[in-house]
Amino acid sequence: MTTLKQQKQIHAILLGTLSWTIALILFFPIFWMVLTSFKTEIDAFATPPSIFFWPTLENYLTINERSDYFHFAWNSVVVSFGATIAGMIIAIPAAFSMAFYETKRTKTTLLWMLSTKMLPPVGVLMPIYLIFKDFSLLDTKTGLTIIYTLINLPIMVWMIYTYFKEIPKDILEAARIDGASVMQEILLVLIPMTKGGLASTALLSLILSWNEAFWSLNLTSSEAAPLTALVASYSSPEGLFWAKLSAVSTLACAPILIFGWVSQKQLVRGLSFGAVK
Amino acid sequence: MGTSITMSNTNQHNASAASTKTPLPTPLKPRKSLGSFLVTPSVLILLVWMIVPLAMTIYFSLIRYNLLYPGDNELVWLENFEFFVTDDGFFAGISNTLILVGSVLVITVAMGVGISVLINSSFWGQGIVRVLLISPFFIMPTVSSLVWKNLIFHPVSGVLAAIWQFFGATPIDWFTTYPLLSIIIIVAWQWLPFAILLFVTALQSLDQEQQEAARLDGAGSWSIFYYLTLPHLARPIAVVVMIETIFLLSLFAEIFTTTGGGPGYETTNLAYLIYSQALLQFDVGMASAGGLIAVILANIAAFFLVRVIGKNLTDKP
Amino acid sequence: MAYLDIKQLRKAYNETEILKGIDLEINDQEFVVFVGPSGCGKTTLLRSIAGLEEVTSGQIVLDSTDITQLPPAKRDLAMVFQSYALYPHMSVKENMSFALKLAGIEKAVIEKKVKETAEILELGPLLERKPKDLSGGQRQRVAIGRAIVRNPKVFLFDEPLSNLDAALRIQMRLELAKLHKELKTTMIYVTHDQVEAMTLADKVVLLNQGKIEQIGSPLDLYTKPANKFVAGFLGMPRMSFLDGKIVSSGTEGIQVQLAAGENVSLPTRETSLSTGTPVSLGVRPEHVSISDVANGHLQARLEVSEHLGSDTYYYVKTPTNESITIRSDNQNKVNDNEAVGLQLDLTQCHLFEKEGNRIY
Repeated sequence: MTTLKQQKQIHAILLGTLSWTIALILFFPIFWMVLTSFKTEIDAFATPPSIFFWPTLENYLTINERSDYFHFAWNSVVVSFGATIAGMIIAIPAAFSMAFYETKRTKTTLLWMLSTKMLPPVGVLMPIYLIFKDFSLLDTKTGLTIIYTLINLPIMVWMIYTYFKEIPKDILEAARIDGASVMQEILLVLIPMTKGGLASTALLSLILSWNEAFWSLNLTSSEAAPLTALVASYSSPEGLFWAKLSAVSTLACAPILIFGWVSQKQLVRGLSFGAVK
Repeated sequence: MGTSITMSNTNQHNASAASTKTPLPTPLKPRKSLGSFLVTPSVLILLVWMIVPLAMTIYFSLIRYNLLYPGDNELVWLENFEFFVTDDGFFAGISNTLILVGSVLVITVAMGVGISVLINSSFWGQGIVRVLLISPFFIMPTVSSLVWKNLIFHPVSGVLAAIWQFFGATPIDWFTTYPLLSIIIIVAWQWLPFAILLFVTALQSLDQEQQEAARLDGAGSWSIFYYLTLPHLARPIAVVVMIETIFLLSLFAEIFTTTGGGPGYETTNLAYLIYSQALLQFDVGMASAGGLIAVILANIAAFFLVRVIGKNLTDKP
Repeated sequence: MAYLDIKQLRKAYNETEILKGIDLEINDQEFVVFVGPSGCGKTTLLRSIAGLEEVTSGQIVLDSTDITQLPPAKRDLAMVFQSYALYPHMSVKENMSFALKLAGIEKAVIEKKVKETAEILELGPLLERKPKDLSGGQRQRVAIGRAIVRNPKVFLFDEPLSNLDAALRIQMRLELAKLHKELKTTMIYVTHDQVEAMTLADKVVLLNQGKIEQIGSPLDLYTKPANKFVAGFLGMPRMSFLDGKIVSSGTEGIQVQLAAGENVSLPTRETSLSTGTPVSLGVRPEHVSISDVANGHLQARLEVSEHLGSDTYYYVKTPTNESITIRSDNQNKVNDNEAVGLQLDLTQCHLFEKEGNRIY
């Protein structure tokens, strides 16, 4: 007969094996993408797919020649960071106001803000497209930045609001008695106290902006097109450039993937809108 | 804007209520704080962002407006809606949208709960497993679609084809045979990590003593899961459902990069249908009508979600 | 100088009035304690003085300046919060110099002031630490230090000791009293703990349901409570009340017939009361003693006794089911459920009208 300890050990091994299997299956597409990016185009299209091959860096070296990778990457960087910074500047005061000057309407306002996210982008695509045309914002980084700021704003306000809510009112009152103005309260007391949460909010905004694909596909063509658009341009079956596609994809995803890994713990608190502690 | 007005109103109201009882030594004006006004910019911006395009969409939906045929944009009232609703793709668009959102929600929540409970027990390499599991969330939709389409689902060189062949079966051409299912698999793969991320974090705050007490009371693993774990996950599940619904209702890039809505209308959801009306056929009027229908549908969903789940979110226990 | 005058202060949230017209004068260098049950409005009153709550009507005057509408920082007062409200991201030193820095005071001056204050409070070695590395008592000291550096006209304390453990609370209580002697400033202190009120205050303000019940020195409130509420609130264990009615009143005293038994006569010259007026006789535990069953003013039955070592508390019930608490320093052995006689010290009893006001 097995002892309790042995039973527990067997149990742990079984659970561990199962967990690892699931994790590896779910991670497989990413692994395969990275693997394929080191193959030659011939290896990449081999049937059955080759697992052992001679790795090459050729794809990475030719990406820029073929599709001007850095141009798109730069657009992604500018637009994501621009939208994130703008979003933070607008969202922090709003969240501050709602968290510390709560009225009967605050909750309604919050839910209303979130419900603007429910407005399907297609519903307003035409007007935005035409407005952008009139203001010459089509295919510009400014235009895309504005849109990303707007679509992420409700979620950012919500997240920051939940972080601010955790700060005891006393501390802001102490600052007020100490003579801090509203600006000083926010800059000298509130922001330093919530920097972790604010960082995770900014991070989520970065991820969402970096990965956004509806507006970038519809409002940009070449000049301001970010990486999502570059990757999408590989969807047309013009040729079998799968190894290069994989290389582009790997490069497009790597920064945000690493960001996400490093900050997953922070991220989740914000994502859950305070529902998870 | 609305918020601060309410605030000052309330105060004045109080002042008058008090003044009817006793004469005041000094009637006070409510001191308006800058802090309560700071929400205004955001509200204004979002209000403009919501109202201006919406108003334009409503207007466009009522006129004849095709970018290919410039000319008089005469008022045609509900003609655009009629065309859109009677379009072959309309019914497909609606049902595909619902099937997509519904199945992805069910898959991600069910598998998310299962996997979270599984990896919540301690085993070797837990940290790495977590990192592997959440990774798909950070992959941009265009990339995941193309990777799945070309490297996994491809009938000739895809990994699945190789597996099918290894077992002697004929490889499936996924996007031709099961187009919608393929997209559901891709999207669920993208959103499963989000659910896992939230559930795992929630599980860590599960009361250990409560579980031990239940075990002493003779509860088995299944009872503990059903009576303690699941109720504990109610809030994170609500969050997952809400956030995913928001994003899935307007799912676009995954369809755009894989099937282009086809074959036929088999993978055309409402968002994609309107896109093909608007930008591919340049019919602004009809696309706007479709957009409005999407807005209405989203509002119905939002109504229920905000009522049911929003309450859950704002009322902290 | 700090002379604070509060006139007809009212505060309402929506339809609920929290403060119902407070009139209060606070003199220079006075240690004033607001005490009362929770929800009585004492904290709201303090926060209104601080400027953290907008008042609905009324006036707060500090040294002939109307500060009712001034923002908190311009009122020249400092507050110590119940939760200490230290800035967690700043060191002790930064916490203490924050207000001065905002006021644009020279670095050298700030440095000097912080150093001086740290010396008074024995915070010297902790100046570079963050609040999370401090004990509860140390945090409390920093919070007080943050107030002292500003050299305010008035110190406000909002239940500052309630988060400390019992031993530390007593120690800090003594230190606060010492601090008040050293600094010679006006202090306003909110607490629900009557021991703090009794020991610290020059003047106690007892609040109930948004109104002041009584203002006076701690001993005044204890020995001459204005009404039944004050009498019942102060004192541990609480005063016992016995129903009765006036049998006669005249120059020789008042005769009261207790529902529970005999007539008692109180030595007071109050004559305005007519016979038959229902009254309530209040007696503190230390003014009742146990005697033989035959000898007492009342008969009662012992329910529970608590032996504290120095004292014993007896909880008895009269035949009319009224509870009386007795504090006794002799250890007479009485068994539960035993019948006892009670002897009241009638010179120390109080008599209240049915509405609660004190007659005697």
